[in-house]
Amino acid sequence: MLLGTNLKHIESEEQFQEVINNNENVMICCGRMGPMCLPVYDVMEGLEEKYENVAFYDFAFDSPHAQVLRNHELSRNFMGLPFTFYFKNGEAVKATSSIQSKKQVKENLDTFLVKE
Amino acid sequence: MSAIHYDAIVLGGGSAGLTAGIYLSRAKVKTLIINEGTVGGQMVLTHAVANYPGVKETGGYQLSQIMKEQAKEFGCDIKSNVEITKLDLKSHKKLIEIDDDEVFTADTVIIASGGKPRKLGLPSEDNFKGLGISYCATCDGDFYAGKDIIVVGGGNSALEEAVSLTKWVNSVKIVHQFDNFQAHKHAIVEAEKNEKISFIMESEITEFIGNEKVEVVNLVNKKTGETETVPTDGVFIYIGYLPNSEKLKGLVDLSEYGEIITDEDMQTNIPGVFAAGDIRKKKYRQITTAVSDGTIAALSAIDYIQKNN
Repeated sequence: MLLGTNLKHIESEEQFQEVINNNENVMICCGRMGPMCLPVYDVMEGLEEKYENVAFYDFAFDSPHAQVLRNHELSRNFMGLPFTFYFKNGEAVKATSSIQSKKQVKENLDTFLVKE
Repeated sequence: MSAIHYDAIVLGGGSAGLTAGIYLSRAKVKTLIINEGTVGGQMVLTHAVANYPGVKETGGYQLSQIMKEQAKEFGCDIKSNVEITKLDLKSHKKLIEIDDDEVFTADTVIIASGGKPRKLGLPSEDNFKGLGISYCATCDGDFYAGKDIIVVGGGNSALEEAVSLTKWVNSVKIVHQFDNFQAHKHAIVEAEKNEKISFIMESEITEFIGNEKVEVVNLVNKKTGETETVPTDGVFIYIGYLPNSEKLKGLVDLSEYGEIITDEDMQTNIPGVFAAGDIRKKKYRQITTAVSDGTIAALSAIDYIQKNN
């Protein structure tokens, strides 16, 4: 189950663990191809070049493997797509629910995924 | 910082802006679309488009992607998710700066920056976005299966989405500030005959309250002034759209609602500056009317370039 974006895709829990363990900074948008999710993918695609220190991925919300994010502690009260996670050194440091603007995404990248 | 010159720059990449891009580029007018959001604009927010002539039914996103590809295939450049940091429309050569580091000039500009969903404007609204407050039934409806929710608004979107949400939820209370609905008759009838839907008229939400997500809302009756606290699992807000014209104040003539005033050729009060789509003062806002505006604006811009160069 893959999303039709130009981002790199996470397809399994195993790959998810590899991605967050092998990259210092990771942003993952877990959603569908819907009106609230598409703008966030678009923002991420636009920021990939500027944030070389961050690995950008999407993860199909309806994939059974995406339960690692659907049932994550930080998303337990989320009731709006997409679920967007920021990981630093394998740990989730921030998560947001619903549509986010470019400004909001940049604020989170600059606050939580600062280059060390 | 040296400027890159285009014959025409289109501000906005929704249906009006993309249509203008298609027409201009096909006419060999060197064109750039600058879009502060996602290409497709409000079209992307439309789950199903069933009344676009020539297309039986499609998604708004799919339609926007085809328009985008059409524009690009004709040679139109597109920059999306950028911020316009400077705008000079009055000079003969129009100037637009984006993200504080790229400058473009153009002989003519078409403003097609569209609109955005109106918010209630309560301080607690942003805090609970995605935590009980939603603006998209098709996106988030399934999170509310078996729950009791509120829909705010009295137009077509509010009533149609309220009916749509009854597929999942236990009950819907529609909260509307007036004593009658602005929606079309068919939408009102569908909502009124749905047993899961009830109505709280002449009332508005004054506060969202909850710990980690929305749990209750405070309402005030606008007629009597009486207040009420209503428990809820979530609130969907559909209270119309606002034109994206904040950056245009003082630059072009705007209506009292912030819409750009044009003549029938989409000409604004500034020579060489045209407007198209939902940003323009007009009665009907549809994808088809935006496409029409974009076409006329592009043809007017081509005419302007030919006469002034």
